[in-house]
Amino acid sequence: MIQHANHGAMRVTLDIWRQSGPGAQGHFETHTVDGNEHMSFLELLDVLNEQLVREGKDPVAFDHDCREGICGSCALTLDGKPHGPRNRTTVCQIHMREYRDGAHIRVEPFRATAFPVVKDLAIDRSAFDRIQRAGGYISVNTGAAPDANAIPIKKDDADAAFDAAACIGCGACVAACPNAAAMLFTSAKVSQFALLPQGQPEREKRVIAMVDQMDAEGFGNCTNHYECEAACPKSISVTNIARMNREYMRAMLRV
Amino acid sequence: MAQDTRTRAEGGSSVLDSKVPSGPMAERWSKHKFDLKLVNPANRRKFDVLVVGTGLAGASAAATLAEMGYNVKAFCIHDSPRRAHSIAAQGGINAAKNYKNDGDSVHRLFYDTVKGGDYRSRESNVHRLAEVSVQIIDQCVAQGVPFAREYGGLLDNRSFGGAQVSRTFYARGQTGQQLLLGAYSALNRMIQSGRVAMYTRREMLDLVVVDGVARGIITRNLTTGAVERHSGHAVLLCTGGYGNVFYLSTNAKNSNVTAAWRAHKRGAYFANPCYTQIHPTCIPRSGDYQSKLTLMSESLRNDGRVWVPRKAKDSRPPADIPEAERYYYLEERYPSFGNLVPRDVASRNSKSVCDEGLGVGPSGEAVYLDFRDAIQRDGRAAVEARYSNLFEMYERITGDDPYVTPMRIYPAVHYTMGGLWVDYNLESTVPGLFVLGEANFSDHGANRLGASALMQGLADGYFVVPATIASHLAGRKLGAVTTDHPAFAAAEADSRQRLDALLAIDGSRTVDDFHRALGKVMWDKCGMARNEAGLKRALSEIRDLREAFWQDVKVIGDPNTINADLEKAGRLADFMEFAELKVRDALERDESCGGHFREEHQTEEGEAKRDDERFAHVAAWEYRGEGRPEARHEEPLVFEEVKLTTRSYK
Repeated sequence: MIQHANHGAMRVTLDIWRQSGPGAQGHFETHTVDGNEHMSFLELLDVLNEQLVREGKDPVAFDHDCREGICGSCALTLDGKPHGPRNRTTVCQIHMREYRDGAHIRVEPFRATAFPVVKDLAIDRSAFDRIQRAGGYISVNTGAAPDANAIPIKKDDADAAFDAAACIGCGACVAACPNAAAMLFTSAKVSQFALLPQGQPEREKRVIAMVDQMDAEGFGNCTNHYECEAACPKSISVTNIARMNREYMRAMLRV
Repeated sequence: MAQDTRTRAEGGSSVLDSKVPSGPMAERWSKHKFDLKLVNPANRRKFDVLVVGTGLAGASAAATLAEMGYNVKAFCIHDSPRRAHSIAAQGGINAAKNYKNDGDSVHRLFYDTVKGGDYRSRESNVHRLAEVSVQIIDQCVAQGVPFAREYGGLLDNRSFGGAQVSRTFYARGQTGQQLLLGAYSALNRMIQSGRVAMYTRREMLDLVVVDGVARGIITRNLTTGAVERHSGHAVLLCTGGYGNVFYLSTNAKNSNVTAAWRAHKRGAYFANPCYTQIHPTCIPRSGDYQSKLTLMSESLRNDGRVWVPRKAKDSRPPADIPEAERYYYLEERYPSFGNLVPRDVASRNSKSVCDEGLGVGPSGEAVYLDFRDAIQRDGRAAVEARYSNLFEMYERITGDDPYVTPMRIYPAVHYTMGGLWVDYNLESTVPGLFVLGEANFSDHGANRLGASALMQGLADGYFVVPATIASHLAGRKLGAVTTDHPAFAAAEADSRQRLDALLAIDGSRTVDDFHRALGKVMWDKCGMARNEAGLKRALSEIRDLREAFWQDVKVIGDPNTINADLEKAGRLADFMEFAELKVRDALERDESCGGHFREEHQTEEGEAKRDDERFAHVAAWEYRGEGRPEARHEEPLVFEEVKLTTRSYK
C-alpha cells in the first residue's frame, strides 16, 4: 500500500455520470486526466474541471467541502463502491496511490430513489434532514439545562452513544444497500439517544416518528446484507439497526 | 497610510461605541442583561430574524431565538445545515467548570484568554465569554452530546495549549462535529415545529439596508440560480472566517468572506483583518494541485519531537541522520516549554528553520515531528492508544507510516481572529446587523487559544445574541418593510449585474488559477511573518491581480443551475478586494502581536514585540465607496483587570 515515489505521475480514464438536472436522462462521459499519485480523488476531479473550463465545457458538479472526511458532503461511487476502494474512508480521503497508472474508473453519484440527482454527481439528501427533524433531538430549551455533571452516565454507555453519534450523514449506507434502506443512518441517531438518560422521556415517540418518516421518504427495508456497515466511513455498526428494531417494537407495545 | 484616513478617539469618545457596561467586571454581563430592553413573549412572533450560516453560532442562535418565540429564517450554503465547517473542529471546548479541582475559575479562563490573545481583545467581552462557558456545557450535555466521560460517569477534561489547568471538554477527536450535531438537532426541532424556515443551498449575495437599518438579504439559490429577496427585522451573520483568502488553508472549500464583505460594503466596519492564526501542525503541501491543507491535532506535540537536520539540504532519510546532527530547535530555543510552545511561536520557528534551508521533504517546506523516542519509551501500543486515528489519517494522505518514518509537518492558515466589528451586543456598525462566531472580530484578540473557537461560537449563539437582540428589536422603531422596497430591487440588481459581469468576461484563466496566485501573494507577504516592503509589494500585486481577474477570468456555464465555477468566481472577487484591506491593516499595525508578526518588531531572540503605547486598540475599517481608500478607526482597549505583560515561554 505505501509507496515512496516522489513524483508518481499517472494518467487515468474516468467514466463520469453526467446529468443536466433532476429527472433528465443521464449518461456516462469519458475523460482522460493527467494526475499524480499524491492527489486526492477530488483533486483529480478539480484537474478535470479546470481542463473542461479551458475547453469551454461545463465542469462536473459534485458536492464536497471539508475534504477531511467529516462534513459528509462528498458522495461518489467509484467502480460500484460508495466512497471508493478503501474501507472506513470517505471519497475525499481517497488518494490516487490507491490506483495504478492507466486505471479506468467509473464515477457515479450515490444511487437511491430517495436521493434524486440534482446535477451530475450532486444529489439531494434532504430526506435525511427530514428524518432527523421528525425526532432526532432532545427537547431542551436553551438555558433550561441542569448542571452537566448532575446525571452520571456509565462510560460504556457514553462510548456506545458516541460510536452511534459519529455518523456523518453522507448516505453511503443507502447507496450500498441493495434495498436502498436508510436503517443504519436512522438507527444511529435512535441508538445514541436510547443509550443516554437524557433521551428517555421521548424514547418511544422518537423511534416511531423517525421510522415513519424514513418509510415515507421511500427508503427500502433492511434484509440483513450488512453492506451498509461495510461502506460506512465511520464504522457505524449494524447492531444499531437491531437496537432500533427492538426500540420500535418496544415503543409500539407501549403507546 | 495617510493620516487623514484615521480617526482617534480623544478623551474616550469614538465613532465606535463599544457599549461596554460599567461597574465591576464580574457583574457587567448580569447588569447589562438587566438593563437591556425586553421583548414581551407575545410580541416576539411579530419579529422576523434572518440567520445566515448554520455552524455553531448560526444553528445555536436560530434554534434559541425560535424557542423564545421569534420567527426565524435560516440560510446555509450546503445541502444540509449539518455540514457547516464547525464540524471539522477536532480538539475540544473550554469551560470554567473546575471539575478537576485544579484551581480553574471564570476569572482564570478570562485571564488566560486575554493573555493568550496578546492583549488585543476587549476585556468585558472575554469575561462574558468565560462566564457563559459553563452554561454551554450544561446545554450540550442536556442535548445528548456524547462528551468523553470517566469511569465514575462524570465528564472528563484534558489540558490544552496556553493554560495550566484542565478545562477542555472533548468528544474524541470530533468535538466540533458533536457540538454541531447538538445545535443541528435543536435547530431541527424548531424547523419541525414551524418556527424556523430553513433555506439550504443558498448563498448570501448582499445585505439590504433600509433607512440605515439592516432589513434583509439577497440570496442566490445555488440549485436553480434564482436570485431571491428576504426581509426581516434583524440579520445575523454567522458566516465564519476569511482563511481561504490564502487559497490553501485548513478551512473547508466553501468557506468564504462574501457575506461579511458584502455587509462591509453596506456599512459594517471590518476589524483587525490582519489577524490570522497559523496552526503549526498541518500536513505539508505536496504539489500545485493541492486543494486544501489538513490539520493534525496539536495534541501530537505532547509526544512528538520537532526537528530538522543541522546541515542544509541534507537528503539522507531521517533514520540515517545521527542524533548529533539533528536540530531539536524548539527544545533548544525554549527549554522550559520545549515542543509545547503556543501555536504562533511554534509556527514562526518552523518557518525560520526552513528559511535557513534546513527544511525537509520535496518542497523543503516541512519539519519532522518524530515519535521514535515516545515509541521507545512507552512502547508502540501506548502511542497507538493515544494517536492511532491521527496516524491513520496521516498515512491515508501521505502514504507514509508515522510509526516508522517521522511525520512531516508545516504550519497552515487555520483560523481568523479579525472580522466584522461588533459592540458588546454583537451588533455591527449597521444597526440591526449582528455578527456571531468567527465572522466577528471576536474575543480572541491577536491570537486564539486552542478549544476557544467552539466556546465562542456557542456563547454568541445560545446565550449572548438571544439576550442582546432585544436592544435592537425593542429599542428601535422598526416600520414594516417588505421585499418590494426599492432597496431590495437595487441590491438584487447589483447582485445580478455582478453575476452577469463574471460570466461575460470569457477570458483564458480559470478561477482557481487566480485564487492560487492570490494565495501565494498573501502567504509569502502577509502570512506568518510580514514586513513593510513585502506588504507594500503585496498591495500592488493584489491590485494587478484583481485587474487581470476582471479581464481574463473564464467562468463557464449556465447561471440557472448548479454552477460551482460561478460561485467560486464571486467569492474570489470578494477575496481579491478583502485581501487589499488585510494587507493595509497589516501595514498600518506597525507592531508585532499574537498572530501578526512584523519582522521589524521583534526582540533579540526573535519574539513578537508589542507596542502598547501606539497599538493597544482595535482597528476598524470603514468602506467609503469605490476607488476611495478605506478609513481606519480605532477603538482603544482599556485593561482594568489584566496587567499588560510580555508573553514569555522560554
